[in-house]
Amino acid sequence: MPSSTESIVEIRNLVKSYRRGDQIVPVLSGITFDIAAGDYVALMGPSGSGKSTLLNMIAGIDKPDSGSLRVAGTDITALNESDLAAWRARNVGFIFQFYNLMPVLTAFENIELPLLLTDLSARERGEHVAAALAMMSLSDRSDHYPSELSGGQQQRVAIARAIITDPAILVADEPTGDLDRVSAAEILHLIERLNRELGKTVILVTHDPHAAGKARTVRHLEKGELSEA
Amino acid sequence: MWYLKLIVRNAFRHQLRTGLTVLGIVVAILAFGLLRTVVDAWYAGAEAASATRLVTRNAISLIFALPLTYQGRIRQIEGVKSVSHANWFGGVYITEKNFFPQFAVQAQSYFALYPEFIISPDEMREFMHDRRGAIVGRRLASIYGFKPGDQVTLRGTIFPGNWEFVVRGVYDGAEARTDTSQFFFHWEYLNETMRKISPRRSNSVGVYVIGLTSAGHAAAVTAAIDATFKNSLAETLTETEQAFQLGFVSMTEAIVVAIEIVSYLVIFIIMAVMANTMAMTARERSAEYATLKALGFGPLPLAAMIFGESLAIAAVGGLAGIALTFPAAERFAAEVGSLFPVFNVDSGTVMMQAAAALLIGAVAACLPALRAAQVRIADGLRHAG
Repeated sequence: MPSSTESIVEIRNLVKSYRRGDQIVPVLSGITFDIAAGDYVALMGPSGSGKSTLLNMIAGIDKPDSGSLRVAGTDITALNESDLAAWRARNVGFIFQFYNLMPVLTAFENIELPLLLTDLSARERGEHVAAALAMMSLSDRSDHYPSELSGGQQQRVAIARAIITDPAILVADEPTGDLDRVSAAEILHLIERLNRELGKTVILVTHDPHAAGKARTVRHLEKGELSEA
Repeated sequence: MWYLKLIVRNAFRHQLRTGLTVLGIVVAILAFGLLRTVVDAWYAGAEAASATRLVTRNAISLIFALPLTYQGRIRQIEGVKSVSHANWFGGVYITEKNFFPQFAVQAQSYFALYPEFIISPDEMREFMHDRRGAIVGRRLASIYGFKPGDQVTLRGTIFPGNWEFVVRGVYDGAEARTDTSQFFFHWEYLNETMRKISPRRSNSVGVYVIGLTSAGHAAAVTAAIDATFKNSLAETLTETEQAFQLGFVSMTEAIVVAIEIVSYLVIFIIMAVMANTMAMTARERSAEYATLKALGFGPLPLAAMIFGESLAIAAVGGLAGIALTFPAAERFAAEVGSLFPVFNVDSGTVMMQAAAALLIGAVAACLPALRAAQVRIADGLRHAG
């Protein structure tokens, strides 16, 4: 169960379409739903159903054509680019399918990256990163570059980077899509722990029913419309 | 410091690509420096000219001589401090390939007019006591191995016959831009010999060199000299030493302009190559830029990182190019012998090279930085994986 019934995400009549040449392709057609703070929501659906687009809009990296989108108490559709960037840095942690780590930075430095946007000193940043590495059981991989880590380890570094600024929301787009079964299970367990033990609201996009099965709430998107599982 | 670390690591991430780009910049900056030095060398004579010296020549052409008798009349003109004269000798040392300027000068007055030629008193004394003596510049001496006591034979082209000289001294330049590739000997030796073999050509001089009491008198003295000899058999054309030297440069101005154009073209070409490299790099990293933006980094830090990376590559190439210009110029000067009397890479050229390198880096980063700053996060993330 969610730790609170208060909504952290409030979506009303969200509409989004893309222009492809002369054609306008509708992606989301007036979606309305809420996500409670501390919930673990899985968004499922076939390719092109709009689940990643919806996730991107909740995370503030894409904008709807119309409708309202209130996340963590802020109407993010009203924010300009620079305010939105600052809002993302404070409120959202990203976990990507392909980890999206900086290849020229070590595991330590990748995790430290979001902290550069805070007022923390180098020593304080170091302490935070060391704690995150320990939580991900990666303390001995601190100085390794992404190319020196396995897929599972890279995703754990990415998760550490996502939680390093202590955001309220974690968005994960196919976080196990590039992993073997064992690593995928580890990552799903880790995400579950972040939700359960740290109270993070998790929004997961996945094709994998096994991964979706870890969530408390599962929503299906099909042809731009939402249904509850 | 953190960003600097990221910039440096990104700059040298693809070592082959960065290495080849740096190599291209090195070659371009080196070529630019050498070509600018060639242009400077072309103007070196004019640059080294003194504001207090005038040159008087035959108004018709330099190839016509002036009577020796003009010397006394020029000396009487107000504002003239001293007068000397020189003849272009144009001799051949062993083969035509060994070109260097040779002048028959009225030694005492001539060297007094050119304090930038530094000669030891002992060597000057030896030279003054030997009618066949010659003074050679340090650069000329090093090219041909001339040293005091050496016999040098020049085959005359303007003044027929084989002319024997004994090197009596080597002069140094007071400044780096002083021409030390010249060969001076006594005008009296030339004149006495010509009196014997071609009396009609004796007692004539190629140019008068006039020392002024002050540079401010240049215009008045110039006009006065030329007025003095107006309507005579040999009318004169007097000009400042710099104008006289520039007259030679203007004869070959098209070559100088062509060299200048090529020097800028080289920079333009490497700028295009570098811009392509940076554009390719930025395109490949669009997912990384999108990730950084998703994490909360604004467009300015991203643009700064791309500019930093481009400038770092350009700086490495530029510094190496500048450093290599000095040995390359030395080698070039040695290869061309005394064709360029002064061939020094000056500080102005180095500044231009540094500015060109920075310009290459900055221009190459403009478009990729703009694109990275404008990349839509959702679009950029699609390039991941």
